[in-house]
Amino acid sequence: MTPEQALLETEAPVEMITVVIDGFEVTVPKGTLVIRAAEKLGIQIPRFCDHPLLEPVGACRQCLVDIEINGRAFPKPQASCTIPVENNMIVKTQLTSPVAEKAQAGIMEFLLINHPLDCPVCDKGGECPLQNQAMSTGRPESRYEGVKRTFEKPIAISSQVLLDRERCVLCARCTRFSEQIAGDPFITLNDRGALQQVGIYENDPFESYYSGNTVQICPVGALTGTSYRFRARPFDLVSIDSACEHCASGCAMRTDIRRGKTLRRLAGDDSSVNEEWNCDKGRWAFKYLTSRERVTTPMIRGADGELHEASWPEAIAFAAVGLKGKRAGVLVGGRATVEDAYGYSKFARVALGTNDIDFRARPHSDEETSFLSGIALGLTTSYKDIDKADQVVLLGFEPEEESPIVFLRIYKQVRKRALAVLSDAPFASRGSVKLSAKLVTEISEISGLTSKSVILVGERLSEKTGALSSAVALAEKSGAKLAWIPRRAGERGAIASGAISTLLPGGRPVSDASARVDVAAAWSVDSLPSNPGRTTSEILLALSVKNLDAVVIGGVDPLDISNSALSQLLNSFVLSLEITHSAITAVADVVLPVAAVVEKSGSFQDWQGSSRVFEKAIADSLSRSDVRILSMLADEMGTPINLPTVAATAREISALGKWDGSAVKFESARSVKDLATGDKLNLTSWRLLLDLGTLQDGEANLAGTARTASAHISNSRAEKLGVKAGELISISTDFGSLELPVEISEMSDNEIWVPRNSIGSQVIAHLGFVSGQVSVAKA
Amino acid sequence: MDNPLTPRSNDLGLTAAAKANKPIANQDAKSFFAQLQGFWVTLITMFKKVNTVQYPEVKEPTAERFHGRHQLNRYDDGLEKCIGCELCAWACPADAILVEGESNTEEERYSPGERYGKVYQINYLRCIFCGLCIEACPTRALTMTNEYELADDTRAKVIFEKEDLLAPLRAGQLQPPHPMEAGKTHIDYYLGNIKGGLNG
Ligand code: SF4
Ligand code: SF4
Ligand code: SF4
Ligand code: SF4
Ligand code: FES
Repeated sequence: MTPEQALLETEAPVEMITVVIDGFEVTVPKGTLVIRAAEKLGIQIPRFCDHPLLEPVGACRQCLVDIEINGRAFPKPQASCTIPVENNMIVKTQLTSPVAEKAQAGIMEFLLINHPLDCPVCDKGGECPLQNQAMSTGRPESRYEGVKRTFEKPIAISSQVLLDRERCVLCARCTRFSEQIAGDPFITLNDRGALQQVGIYENDPFESYYSGNTVQICPVGALTGTSYRFRARPFDLVSIDSACEHCASGCAMRTDIRRGKTLRRLAGDDSSVNEEWNCDKGRWAFKYLTSRERVTTPMIRGADGELHEASWPEAIAFAAVGLKGKRAGVLVGGRATVEDAYGYSKFARVALGTNDIDFRARPHSDEETSFLSGIALGLTTSYKDIDKADQVVLLGFEPEEESPIVFLRIYKQVRKRALAVLSDAPFASRGSVKLSAKLVTEISEISGLTSKSVILVGERLSEKTGALSSAVALAEKSGAKLAWIPRRAGERGAIASGAISTLLPGGRPVSDASARVDVAAAWSVDSLPSNPGRTTSEILLALSVKNLDAVVIGGVDPLDISNSALSQLLNSFVLSLEITHSAITAVADVVLPVAAVVEKSGSFQDWQGSSRVFEKAIADSLSRSDVRILSMLADEMGTPINLPTVAATAREISALGKWDGSAVKFESARSVKDLATGDKLNLTSWRLLLDLGTLQDGEANLAGTARTASAHISNSRAEKLGVKAGELISISTDFGSLELPVEISEMSDNEIWVPRNSIGSQVIAHLGFVSGQVSVAKA
Repeated sequence: MDNPLTPRSNDLGLTAAAKANKPIANQDAKSFFAQLQGFWVTLITMFKKVNTVQYPEVKEPTAERFHGRHQLNRYDDGLEKCIGCELCAWACPADAILVEGESNTEEERYSPGERYGKVYQINYLRCIFCGLCIEACPTRALTMTNEYELADDTRAKVIFEKEDLLAPLRAGQLQPPHPMEAGKTHIDYYLGNIKGGLNG
């Protein structure tokens, strides 16, 4: 952005207002609430319902202060969280006004009358605003001797959130969050007076993807998480700031460790990304590293065909023999950190002398390769652009399922100013309904975009030939901002680190001789391979027909790529770097254990391209990051890559910097129309946020809130098939079939949608592809 | 100074003795009584009650309020009083206690109410027997016994687990897990409104 544009972008100057609080003057923008203005002075007014990201309600009355405007005092103390500052306002808080102090103590006494005070069995004990504020503003002695109101405790409002109604102070933070932030009004305040309580709608389960946030913002122990229940006290925990490894939204997180084990994760605070929220997957899916059998030592496959434990030097030497001088490829997987991906990239080029490296453990196309190498790294669209957009177009992208914080950002604007949203999905998913998205069938139908519009492209768009090209053309024609939002946390960083055949680190094209010289000089090697490398599917194919002898695989589930991926590996030397035993380790020749995110430092790049750095949370873990192991292996092979630590790798990446030459030209592809004919239907699928993904292993409470799989078809198609909603249909291809209950949606008669990787609906494993033509019949 | 019997005090001190230039303890009758006086305490003690205890063959009871090994108490029917709240661990100045809580279920109940202490350890190499943990415990689950024989030969052996600390079952008490007494709630337990034991 040029300075002129920046000037145009800045809004009109805001009017400033000066108020006196407890005798101190403070100047704040017009509209600031008294409680916030006081915070600026360091004066803390006690509160429960007030939350800076939720609309004020004044529900708890704990924040009462004395206010006087133009010399006229309010007759009674006022709630400072609902009153904006005004000129000539004089505020006296509990610190200077005995009236305010007495009012606050009175409110606290009221709140405690029906509060069970069962702190010893309450998860909030030790970090409870009610405990703290009862000490700071309450009366030292209780005067209440009656019988307290009791409720049955706790009731599960979902498998992962428990509600203890006795403890609720009716602040309405949870209900306001569900409605204003997540758009899932599943919890509400029911009844009135002393019996008022938080409840769920009888028929709708609290199936929100964001329910964990209500646990985090509840100011008492009324809402608690099932998984953390009775696990620890705050003084047991060591908290580390971290980044979420589950998706490309890029949430800041806090990881709480007790004695070397993650006990909970909380949303961190980053106003430019996740504000203070996160999704339930990020919050609760962290047991994957303990749920499966962990690889603890290096292992070598012996002559008996079994894996045997080995020492590090043995295993490294064995792996070096298997790789040195061989034609080998590298499959990274989309979950590597930037540093690890850089390690794989340098290892492939320097130690293996090849450009056969790809991070895409999923369906992909040449069109996408070209898009990723030519365009993706240059995209600068950010969350801010969504905040200011006049229209948002979703192409091959379901934000609520595939990048939940992007969804929250769009929803915020939809709620605030009815931002227009377009989507190319075959039917209106729950997320689309919440966004009031207008559905379009063809990208060419979209018109009326401006330079303030934002086009969000998901990784799935590459599955439709030509669609990425149309999206790029649409952005070029309209001047709209384009963004590519992959599902996995490591994908954007992997492109930037050169974990793709066409690019070297920093976006330097392999095809550009000066870029190669640039990197070769930085790496102190004579030259780098210049021959074009293979993509994931090409590497697998080459392995199966013996055009490649060996492969290095880090963190890949073969069933994410295709149903033949695993069998294609069987004839080659496989080196697997893995956290837990998996389908790959079962066929690998050498398995080297690597660290999980909590055990290492590193960084991810979110979809905006900004870096999300995290530190090692489990301080005394002995597990090593992939890059350190690759560096040892390269040393053993006699072609060192000199990346002994994550920190050294990060330094090398920043020293190398970004490519300032021209990017590879994007080769657009013509779109192919393959409309289903006859009784065949076009199958589309995407992954639901909570599904059978390996990183959600071991968390049954989280899985309990996953949406149940069903196949969506149109009403007239259902009539033609003779099925009603809820009845089973069977969907089949030449490869196999699956049976799912029907859900009727408004969609084209030729379309069918099923979840990609949910219970009973694993599309790659059962149908052999993720999109294409299927036969459907009543089961 | 050739005489070994030199007094310690400065008044009668070496300097004074040296000045007088005569031995301090001479052989006359007066000095004999002075020596007898010196042995008086020894003599009297020979006729007093013997205080030495032949530990470990003989063991004496401690003072009633002696701070010894901790005990995790039970309700009359055998359910544990500990609710796993960790307040004892929090209060402990020596960080000697480790507690991990867990949920009681209807099928598997160790204490009345929602929560029980699943892991309970006290490290007696750290404990300074101050008793602050006892004061912190909201259910009187934790008290101290008078037992003081806590030495052992490895570090691991002096970290006492929940089994080592739980009070032994008395007659009529049933080993948890078992349900609460029919019709009673955790509050009845807390207030002592339960019968002595499950069966009677
Ligand atoms: S919410 Fe929990 S910790 Fe806080 S005061 Fe209530 S019972 Fe105690
Ligand atoms: S459950 Fe918690 S957040 Fe919700 S109204 Fe009650 S106290 Fe507030
Ligand atoms: S007696 Fe004192 S030092 Fe020992 S466990 Fe209790 S609180 Fe800790
Ligand atoms: S012994 Fe007492 S203070 Fe310690 S965890 Fe058990 S109930 Fe809580
Ligand atoms: S914080 Fe102001 S009324 Fe609740």
